[in-house]
Amino acid sequence: MINDLITALGAEFVQLSLTPIVIGTLAAIACALPGNFLLLRRQALIGDAISHVVLPGIVAAFLVTGTITAVPMMIGAGAAAIIAVIMIEIVKRLGRVEPGAAMGLVFTTLFAAGVLFLEITDTSSVHIDVQHALLGNLESLIWFDANGWGSLLDPAALATLPPQLPRLAVVLVAITLFIFLFWKELKISTFDAAFAGAVGIRTRTLGFALVVATAVAAVAAFDAVGSIIVIAMFVCPPASARLMTNQLARQVGWSVIFATISAVLGYVFAGYGPGWFGSPYAVSAAGMIATVSGVILLLACLFGPQRKRTGQQAET
Amino acid sequence: MSNAKLVAESGKILDVAAKDAPLTVRGLTVSYGNKPAVFSVDASIPAGSMTAIIGPNGAGKSTFLKGALGVVPRLSGEVRIFGKLFEDARDRVAYVPQRASVDWDFPARVIDVVLMGLYGSVGLFRLWRARHREQAMDCLKRVGMVDFADRQIGQLSGGQQQRVFLARALAQNAEFYLLDEPFAGVDAATERAIVSVLKELKAEGRTVVCVHHDLSTVAEYFDRVLLINVRRIAEGPVKTTFTAENLQETYGGRLATTHIDELHLA
Repeated sequence: MINDLITALGAEFVQLSLTPIVIGTLAAIACALPGNFLLLRRQALIGDAISHVVLPGIVAAFLVTGTITAVPMMIGAGAAAIIAVIMIEIVKRLGRVEPGAAMGLVFTTLFAAGVLFLEITDTSSVHIDVQHALLGNLESLIWFDANGWGSLLDPAALATLPPQLPRLAVVLVAITLFIFLFWKELKISTFDAAFAGAVGIRTRTLGFALVVATAVAAVAAFDAVGSIIVIAMFVCPPASARLMTNQLARQVGWSVIFATISAVLGYVFAGYGPGWFGSPYAVSAAGMIATVSGVILLLACLFGPQRKRTGQQAET
Repeated sequence: MSNAKLVAESGKILDVAAKDAPLTVRGLTVSYGNKPAVFSVDASIPAGSMTAIIGPNGAGKSTFLKGALGVVPRLSGEVRIFGKLFEDARDRVAYVPQRASVDWDFPARVIDVVLMGLYGSVGLFRLWRARHREQAMDCLKRVGMVDFADRQIGQLSGGQQQRVFLARALAQNAEFYLLDEPFAGVDAATERAIVSVLKELKAEGRTVVCVHHDLSTVAEYFDRVLLINVRRIAEGPVKTTFTAENLQETYGGRLATTHIDELHLA
């Protein structure tokens, strides 16, 4: 039994599973952190919207550059996210419709445009398709040059880590810093925007910065894990966390825990779960991670200590 | 000099003494969509006064406050707080929005909300510390909510929520308090508690403005009134301005004459 575990966590694990698990976890936390505030501001859909609209951006970047290197892809995705945010604002103001409707309109249209782009242009030579966009390629982010845990201390092996890992690590650090440094402002403006404005918090700028943080998380995570995880991680861990506590700081803490559990368990279940039932196949890790986060939310709804809504909702 | 003379003519605030008044508003217009909610309103709130803003539903009372503080964008008009732009006098002002304007299901305890009032004294990139907590507890004591400090805000009654909002404003330690319907939907005990705190503030020389609904308590609680129905109808001391004639003009046909008789007007 112990030997099995050591073998299971040995060289092969480091080479094939460690990096996908770490990348999945970083992506999940990077999305869950801003997701807490989006959820409380009733803007959770904006994470959904952004993760959809990056597709046309990525396809456009590919069409322009002809390669699938990271930098143009990120620029394309970021540009698409910004265009989408502007379009949502325009639809909201000109159409005088509620934000949810404007987002729904913009992101479905842009996502459809992205799919159309893919279909009518020749992208068959590269690994970019709808399947990839939705589910990412988490399983393929393996660490070729690793030959055991010792590789973590080997600069030569570390240099060959999948580039998504350091990229997501940087994004996660940036988002954590943003939330930590502007904790008071985010908390006050999320609870009471009018009061926040009166005490001098730039609520519009802060709201925009939150959307930018969301877009950065979505774009960085999309590249590694596809939009399914991104959408699930913006909503499920924060929503589950809300049912565990009545304090914002603890909610954010719980959301990080749930995001981590989802990523780790989801990856393990996807890779090894079917084998436990005698199946030689594995299922999509991204899909399984999203599923685990959904199950956690279900459990939190059934057993979470703060699942009863007691407060009156805002009238406006 | 009597306050009534401060605004001698619509659109012009003449008196020099009013220059440093807590609030001077000239021609304030705010609109949502195409319809003005507040149209060209003038007002001048003298220091140390307690003013009720009165008018029918949808008359723009709350919008007047929000427009004056720049919480909603102004279409036109000039506002001075203690003779300065609001941006430069922010820490002398405490604003209490309507209780119903926030989601009380937000994950926070009573103390967390009161601590928000100390935002200005915490400093950029810093978090609330122990001494802020002590200050917040003192404010909760003043509104009789000290035992509720660790309670989730969603578990409070409407009156208790309103007291928490007042405690947050007290934490701001301002010279000028603007409250939007502080008595809406609160129990009698809370109403008494709030009035006594507001009167304390006035006794300390601070200025209080409330959007107020209950005409029967105006004379008891306040010394000045500002009557608004999109436009400014009248402004001045309760004794001279809170008259049947002005009320009729403010409320139009919506206020029954029998109702007015019950108000024991001047």
